[in-house]
Amino acid sequence: MSNHNPILNIKSVSKDFGAVSALSNVDLQVHAGEVVALVGDNGAGKSTLVKILAGVHQASSGAIEFQGKSESLATPRAALKLGIATVFQDLALCENLDVVSNIFLGQELKPFQLDEVSMEVKAWTLLNELSARIPNVRSVVASLSGGQRQTVAIARSLLLDPKIIILDEPTAALGVAQTAEVLNLIERVRDRGLGIIMVSHNMEDVRAVADRIVVLRLGKNNGIFTSKSSNQELVGAITGASENVVTKREKRLKNQSNSTREK
Amino acid sequence: MLTKSNNESSQASPLDRSDSRVNHSDDFKGMIANFFGRIKSGDLGSLPVIIGLIVIWTVFSIMNPVFLSSRNLVNLLFDSSIVGVIALGIVCVLMLGEIDLSVGSMSGVGSAIIGVLWVNMGAPLPIAIITAIISGAIVGALYGSLRNRLGMPSFVSTLSGLLALLGLQLYMLGRTGSINLPYGSSMVNFGQLMVVPAWLSYCIAIIPAVVIIFNGLRSISKRQRMNLSPGSKKLLFIKATLITITLLGIMYYLNLGRGLPWMFTLFICLVVLMDYALTRTQWGRFMKAVGGNAEAARRAGVNVKKITISAFVVCSSLAALGGVMAASRLASASQQAGTGDVNLNAIAAAVIGGTSLFGGRGSAYSALLGIIVIQSISNGLTLLNLSSSFRFMITGAVLAIAVIIDSLARQSRASHGQA
Repeated sequence: MSNHNPILNIKSVSKDFGAVSALSNVDLQVHAGEVVALVGDNGAGKSTLVKILAGVHQASSGAIEFQGKSESLATPRAALKLGIATVFQDLALCENLDVVSNIFLGQELKPFQLDEVSMEVKAWTLLNELSARIPNVRSVVASLSGGQRQTVAIARSLLLDPKIIILDEPTAALGVAQTAEVLNLIERVRDRGLGIIMVSHNMEDVRAVADRIVVLRLGKNNGIFTSKSSNQELVGAITGASENVVTKREKRLKNQSNSTREK
Repeated sequence: MLTKSNNESSQASPLDRSDSRVNHSDDFKGMIANFFGRIKSGDLGSLPVIIGLIVIWTVFSIMNPVFLSSRNLVNLLFDSSIVGVIALGIVCVLMLGEIDLSVGSMSGVGSAIIGVLWVNMGAPLPIAIITAIISGAIVGALYGSLRNRLGMPSFVSTLSGLLALLGLQLYMLGRTGSINLPYGSSMVNFGQLMVVPAWLSYCIAIIPAVVIIFNGLRSISKRQRMNLSPGSKKLLFIKATLITITLLGIMYYLNLGRGLPWMFTLFICLVVLMDYALTRTQWGRFMKAVGGNAEAARRAGVNVKKITISAFVVCSSLAALGGVMAASRLASASQQAGTGDVNLNAIAAAVIGGTSLFGGRGSAYSALLGIIVIQSISNGLTLLNLSSSFRFMITGAVLAIAVIIDSLARQSRASHGQA
């Protein structure tokens, strides 16, 4: 596949909330089969950008090109229809419904005589493609673990054959093993040729799967890194200085460990 | 590569049986084990109500043998139909975690509309009935809009509706306060006399089995075609046979008396219709989703406001229909219609039958089971010549017990990781 033309091309998008400009002239490109991590401190504008892409908010200025065409993303439905699926941080699953009902919620086959068998088959197919470990698609979501719920949410976002999936803090609430499963899942989705935008605070997870790491700071682009970039560079870009609390602490720890090693 | 290996494994075993960590019990023994496992984790279903019903019937039949006579049971079914229809509407609003406290008054208005339009003004009966139901729909739409636009808790809006509708009922009935329906009219016969002929009642008893086997076989062959575990044909036939034997027994016993009332048949038809709507249509799925997690449903593209309005409309319309049936049962539209314990009985029936007050869980059959319990208590106490004071106290206690069971089962489900 050619990676020259991005699926999603955000060109100098700005978003103002009254006098506050949450985003100013932000650029972002996502290619097919690429994981782009969006990192930044609190208030950097990550969530605002995600919401603009999900169609929840509209950009004040700038252009969003999707597959070469300029799009407006006026509503969540419009974004979904275009092929931008968003998995929100709280997943938005109905705990009292089973896995199949959750995956197909709002997209049921045959509204007046639900086609349970076809829905179940499609659900299994999606989950198997993700090599998901869901024991039974007829068990209610309340009985699933955090990682399994994340899987269901991602499977649901894949239902409409999106081109881009946005994951908002996919590993924030998960344990070590479950985090690894979700990261595997992200790689499998990438291997299917989808573009992925992953918002995360966890540098380790970001480094593990991201092809590019886009740093936002105070609503502006503050550098693009790869997983090979050093932690210091990344943290520097996120906090806006190479000399700050975090780097000082690291320097101190490093010195300590050096000094203990010398002993 | 990945999908290929998946295909290979799925051809070896059905799609939903590829995970070895899950116990799949397809045989009869496994089904029983599953059943007890569910009970232990707090997924009680309709078990408490069936046990309760057996206890109640045993006690009353010991105290007065007339209770279990087929004559009395036919009367019980006549009486159950009215509040049963109202309870069916309550199931809808409870599914969303809302409540409608005005169903009693709404049914009173429904019966008053029949009296005024049909008897006093001479309008054709179908038009009077349709007017009553439509007025219910309008009231329901009003409740729904108040909830959606102003965020008014349904508890408050329907409580004020209770009083306002009662006023409307009294106003319509005028100074006399009561309008008699003509005896001998089909309307009154329907509420007091008309029963299904014996041969037809046996035919009706066979319908569920036919439907179960037809749908079951179709689903089995479709699941086989789609490479899912098909389920057992033997179980299907066992289930159908058991249901048919039970229903034929009931019909035989009822036919020893007057037989199956048409009014109760209407109620059963509505229950079946509602069950289909709640379990087999997108609307029903949305109802459950909104009741479980309204925000998640909204983000999934469900129009939550529309679903809320639809629930209130269905509830109030069924309440008005219940009022129409009450008028035909009592042969009058009076100030007493829909007052007293009608309201609470309808809500109690839905909750006792197993619909949760907390939203997201429930079934149309809970209205049927619940109203049989409530009506049995009321009927049994009347047979014992106890005054309505005792009836109120005991019904109140039963409702409290039902809600306690609901709350406890909910906590147990939460601790066992069930919804």
